[in-house]
Amino acid sequence: MFIPNTEAERNEMLQKVGLSKIEDLFSDVPKEFRYPDLNLPEAVSEMEALQNLKDLAIANDSTEDLICFLGAGAYNHYIPAAVDAIISRGEFLTSYTPYQPEVSQGTLQAIFEYQSLVASLTGMDVSNASHYDGATSAAEACVLAYHHFRGKRTKFVLSRYLHPHYRETIKTYFQGYEDIHIMGDQVEDGMQTREDLLKLVDYDTAIVYVQYPDFLGRVQDFKAFAEQVHAFGAILAVSVNPLALGLIKPPSEFDADIVTGEGQPLGIPLSYGGPYLGIFTTKNEFIRKLSGRLVGETVDNEGKRGYVLTLTAREQHIRRSRATSNICTNQGIIALTSAVYMSLLGKQGLKKVAKLNYDKAHYAADQISKLKGFELVNLGSFFNEFVVRTPIPVNELNLLLLDYDILGGYDLSTDYPELKNHMLLAVTEMNTKDDIGYLVETLQEVTND
Amino acid sequence: MTEPTIFEISSPGRAGVKFPTSDVPEMDVPNEFLRAELPMPEVSEIDVIRHFTRLSQLNYSIDTGFYPLGSCTMKYNPRINEVTARLAGFAKVHPLQPVETVQGSLALMHDLQNWLGEISGFPGVTLQPAAGAQGEYVGVLIIRAYHKDRKDNKRTKMLIPDSAHGTNPATSSMSGFDVVGVATDKNGNVDLESLRAVCDDTVAGLMLTNPNTLGLFEQDVVEVINIVHEAGGLVYGDGANLNALLGVLRPGDLGIDIMHFNLHKTFSTPHGGGGPGSGPVGVAEHLVDYLPCPTVGILEEGSEDYPPLYGFIEPAKSIGRMKAFYGHFGMLVRAYTYISMYGKDGLKKIAEGSVLNANYLMMLLKDTYKLAYDRLCMHEFVLEGHWPDAPGIHALDIAKRLMDYNFHPPTNYFPLIVPEALMIEPTETESKQSLDLFAEAMIKIAEEAKTQPELLKSAPHNTPIGRLDEVKAAKDLVLCCWIPERNT
Repeated sequence: MFIPNTEAERNEMLQKVGLSKIEDLFSDVPKEFRYPDLNLPEAVSEMEALQNLKDLAIANDSTEDLICFLGAGAYNHYIPAAVDAIISRGEFLTSYTPYQPEVSQGTLQAIFEYQSLVASLTGMDVSNASHYDGATSAAEACVLAYHHFRGKRTKFVLSRYLHPHYRETIKTYFQGYEDIHIMGDQVEDGMQTREDLLKLVDYDTAIVYVQYPDFLGRVQDFKAFAEQVHAFGAILAVSVNPLALGLIKPPSEFDADIVTGEGQPLGIPLSYGGPYLGIFTTKNEFIRKLSGRLVGETVDNEGKRGYVLTLTAREQHIRRSRATSNICTNQGIIALTSAVYMSLLGKQGLKKVAKLNYDKAHYAADQISKLKGFELVNLGSFFNEFVVRTPIPVNELNLLLLDYDILGGYDLSTDYPELKNHMLLAVTEMNTKDDIGYLVETLQEVTND
Repeated sequence: MTEPTIFEISSPGRAGVKFPTSDVPEMDVPNEFLRAELPMPEVSEIDVIRHFTRLSQLNYSIDTGFYPLGSCTMKYNPRINEVTARLAGFAKVHPLQPVETVQGSLALMHDLQNWLGEISGFPGVTLQPAAGAQGEYVGVLIIRAYHKDRKDNKRTKMLIPDSAHGTNPATSSMSGFDVVGVATDKNGNVDLESLRAVCDDTVAGLMLTNPNTLGLFEQDVVEVINIVHEAGGLVYGDGANLNALLGVLRPGDLGIDIMHFNLHKTFSTPHGGGGPGSGPVGVAEHLVDYLPCPTVGILEEGSEDYPPLYGFIEPAKSIGRMKAFYGHFGMLVRAYTYISMYGKDGLKKIAEGSVLNANYLMMLLKDTYKLAYDRLCMHEFVLEGHWPDAPGIHALDIAKRLMDYNFHPPTNYFPLIVPEALMIEPTETESKQSLDLFAEAMIKIAEEAKTQPELLKSAPHNTPIGRLDEVKAAKDLVLCCWIPERNT
């Protein structure tokens, strides 16, 4: 199977090592613990393994079985066939971190292009080679801010409409820092406004984190907000849906210092939550404080253009305990996935897919707002997600929708007790007008008594 | 030839994907939000396919040759893993679907938690950490939470042997611990005197890599663990080198309290040019309540007629969430596939094969290269890449010259405690023939080092590009390219 040597070859090798049996290789392992009996299933062949995995897979209802209107940080988009063709190539898939640039130019140039594509899309000066996902990118942005102010600014102000998982992740990362105060995301009466958040910002604030479009789908202008944040010398970080940036202004236009985000909408399968892609970009002034890998352009001994990992002195394997982050991988093949996707769609495709999302979501919102018992919660401009007040609790409604093969929207009361009976619906290019019509009819039918 | 960047081949008006014509009315985007410029490349599908295919051909990979990169466990990545991870029922499932609609995913995760626990001897497992480094962070946060919960607030020291992975000290200081080094003795083990000297009631824990980065099994491992436990500290096991022990030893049985797994090393998920990894963490009984949330559990027991209902549970004293959603699920599917194909009696063959390959290769090379510690190794070993009669030749030159023989170089300059280190890990998926060829090349290079040193100094000669100017890269800092003027 995956171990080539035959018994005869093994014996020959053992003899060379000067041992008579395989067990002798483990003479350093305490004898009483050697070769435990493992309570695991018996081995299966590839054919049987595939069947077992298929049995598990069909026990799930996928977005091929259900019409999906669920988003909340992960979105159902079309992935062109060419993406998988490239990322399945063994030369990309089975290489490691490009420590030896002479035999890793493929990975290095691909990461360099990823950095360039992401910097162009976000409008920022520089992108790293990626982090794990949108949540850990947000946590790393806070780490950057903490070290930027040498630990002297101890307040992190997080918008209540930054993804709940991202806020939780930031709190987990900082539980060892007892002087840090994380605020801004407490329950309030009614909706938190930008002004509410600004009231918390002062000269002790290291970072202010907002999301664009935010967790409720809203697109807001942060220009005046950014000026206020900068007046206190704090860092403004913005978490984005990168696909939206094909259509709406990038955060660089309102002077964001750090732009992070979940790269999953850029050609990455839903895959039950991962692996996804942590986008991480900044202004030039933070380059030396970025965590994670960076690829830079250089030349070889004959002057030929080539690429290497650069500014590695920031990283854990050199600085060890003085490094500010322990990150030692990037998302590799997933970053490549998004680079191939962004290249294929290009300028026109990214605009087109973003506009399809926008138009379909607005059409769906308009149709649902006409339904009896449902109300579009008017929160201003939105991209491909919006909030609807429902006549019955969202979790109950979603179970009814499932009987009609519809995967309903996110139950906002999960994270926002003040938003009972509020559903966050996502509509993408994958939803046809007929799908939307079917959703609207079904919503009416299942709540019509 | 240099491959142009995707920006350089951009030609205005080209597109690689056609989307359907919209079937709903067009809506205007308010001007205040409408993006004016989108400076992205414009290329066709064949442009993209050729560009990235040509880039791929500039890479060395496991699929193209022997990749003995020490500490990275570059074993063959079975193709079936790629098939199972892409099944629609796994790849096209949304993480926030009602649990009733994702029982297949949850059953797989529940089984994998149990399997990893069984393999390692830990009753609690989280699959959430995104990579080994994040698994380490989970481990250190759990150590912190455990002492804090017991109001044992003096414990500020994290002990780290000098043979540890570079991430260990970084992880510890990220979590606010003071890092205290522990020396290695003359046999390559943790020096017990050095350990005893720093063990007191301020010790939070010890981060132990076993086998260590010298590829050696800690001969006094039980004693090491006892010393730390007696001082009230916990022992964290860095599981990066678990490949050497699969089915042969369960680290939990030794008394280790926490350990992370690297699914991308031990359990064959592809390294992907640097990621994604996957770093589940196993813990002993007294730490189960601190695991990150959520973990997968059984919400309603099954019966003969019904399977159980799987869902999420929040450990009582959880350190919290480490990332969005539940982990690198696609990697979990691959690892599950792999483990199921080895089964209860097959896993030990992985450890046996990797340890045999390493010892065989070490025997072939130890007369030519100085062996840092001459004893049976586990899955890897460390050689010194220098000779008194080849002045000016360094490990780096040997590494570069190996590329001319079409091998990926070993890890060099790590571990730090061996001068001119060459750290070689063949893994169990290499045949005797590939080891013989590699040894032949290494021996030839040792000869060249003495007779034609310039061959090594100017290597590599047969690669797509020569030695690169890393100083220029850091000084001039070009981190992005843009669409050239002529194309815009």
